[in-house]
Amino acid sequence: MYKLASCIVFLCSALTSASAMAQANLSGIWLANYTEDLADRRPGPALGDYGGLPLNEANLLRARSWNASLLGLPEYQCRVHPSDYANSHNNIRIWEERNPDTLELIAIHTQHFTWQTHRVIWMDGRDHPPPYAEHTSMGFSTGEWVGHQLKIKTTHLKEGWLRRNGVARSDQATVTEYFIRHGDSLNWTVIVNDPVYLEEPFIRNRDYFYSTDTQPVTYPCESVVEIVHEPGYVPHYLMGNNPDLFEFADTYDIPYEATLGGAHTMYPEYRAIARELPRPSEMQD
Amino acid sequence: MKQIFTSLGLILCLLCSPAFSQGDFADVEVRILPVRDNIFMLVGAGGNITVQTGDQGILIVDTQFAGMSDKILAALAELSDAPLRYIINTHFHGDHVGGNVPLARAGSRISGGNMRRDVTGDTASVIAHESVLLRITTSNENLMDPDGWPTSSYFAGKKDIYFNGEGIRIMHQPRAHTDGDSIVYFRRSDVIAVGDVYRTDAYPFIDTSAGGSIQGLLDAAQSIIDEIIPVYGQDGGTLVIPGHGRLSNLGDVLNWREMLTLIRDRVQAMKDQGMTLQEVIAARPSRDFDPRYGDSERFLTAVYETL
Repeated sequence: MYKLASCIVFLCSALTSASAMAQANLSGIWLANYTEDLADRRPGPALGDYGGLPLNEANLLRARSWNASLLGLPEYQCRVHPSDYANSHNNIRIWEERNPDTLELIAIHTQHFTWQTHRVIWMDGRDHPPPYAEHTSMGFSTGEWVGHQLKIKTTHLKEGWLRRNGVARSDQATVTEYFIRHGDSLNWTVIVNDPVYLEEPFIRNRDYFYSTDTQPVTYPCESVVEIVHEPGYVPHYLMGNNPDLFEFADTYDIPYEATLGGAHTMYPEYRAIARELPRPSEMQD
Repeated sequence: MKQIFTSLGLILCLLCSPAFSQGDFADVEVRILPVRDNIFMLVGAGGNITVQTGDQGILIVDTQFAGMSDKILAALAELSDAPLRYIINTHFHGDHVGGNVPLARAGSRISGGNMRRDVTGDTASVIAHESVLLRITTSNENLMDPDGWPTSSYFAGKKDIYFNGEGIRIMHQPRAHTDGDSIVYFRRSDVIAVGDVYRTDAYPFIDTSAGGSIQGLLDAAQSIIDEIIPVYGQDGGTLVIPGHGRLSNLGDVLNWREMLTLIRDRVQAMKDQGMTLQEVIAARPSRDFDPRYGDSERFLTAVYETL
């Protein structure tokens, strides 16, 4: 009888342990690995560079109307990147929130070094709020473990940037993300479904590596009036009047049409099509 | 397609008419969204209702349709057992004032003790801009039973009351959605109820027959933005309860202002080039926002006509 009880206890212990082992520990400070696309992640994308993005017609016009002077307005100076973009820019800190008695996982928190934005990923099975609840830059996120992968579903995002050159992501978007740890490396994959501004889902992928000694930093932001404008001033370009749209194509001698984006520009076969398009250097004279 | 637009237009006209105050709302639920402290948002049929509760009683902003009143009263009873003291109307459209009569009758105003019934009648006070009073008392189309009329109208830029330990500022927004729009700022709670000068679910309805205009709508958006102080970036802090749609914050109203500005400027440029209204509509100057806000023809027409 004693042996039987011991076996049951051992079995339960093993099963519980196995279940816990299926979850990764993501806590710590993760440093952005910029080797893959430094220019895009820190300085940001160039004006007029929409190639490889599944933009629809509406988003292309939105992007081409965007004027970077918008960021000079006090009400925009501290605008943060939304949760589906913020991880892309800098290091992140991750920590767990657990029930102090049962140690059940309630939530996983992340904080982006840039903007100091704090995000909560609820792990306790709660429902998403109703559609008429507030939408925020971080949105409302719930997570679940798929093996070692943390799968996150986010709703209630307000409109934000898909990329910070004026490409929009609407407040109707839903986002699915995966945090996947491989030892001291962390991979973040985000899939944006936006019925308003995207022809197909947009997928972004970033890598981080674990830091043993980095400390979190603050990111205070205080708006100031830099240029006095009339109340209600919103800088933008009228249709067809944006002078910056050709700079990217001209600089890299890329066919202008290839910079306009669209789902078809995401796929490898588009390279052959793009090769046949006239380059800016060929269009001069 | 034209028939669909015509039908939609008819439905919208009916919804915006005060006469459309009775309807079949049997399947509509009133849902309560806690906003902050003692401020709540009620979502049902018609415009959102803002509720403030406290020891002195209940104050609501807008009343949806008369046919929703029993459900609205039941929702208010869930929030407080105090009497309904004040109704503030943001404008005169039926989806915002339709419930004035039954809700005012269910309420009880603060007045001179035991003289109340004899002198003032036993209804809640109704506050609105005087344009609202004029429209629901002088128009045969919009005529409402006197129990639902504003008992306290204002004609200057603002009107202040202090209720439940909170300063409440009611600010007129000239020639915006209509000529009698008010936004209501709960100063301690840091919440603004704005009626239909801002919404998240569709393009704005500019009621040109009632004095609305695109520039007034933009000025109203700026008035709201001027009052908002976010916690950080464009999130949190002052919250905005729209006439229709979801609870909002600074970033949402900025996006709204951006949309209004871009479309206003594009239509103005086309109009300056001599384009007719039909040519402007055919040029689709709102096509970057249409997937978000829906059909734009009525909105573009109002923009064109009021520029």
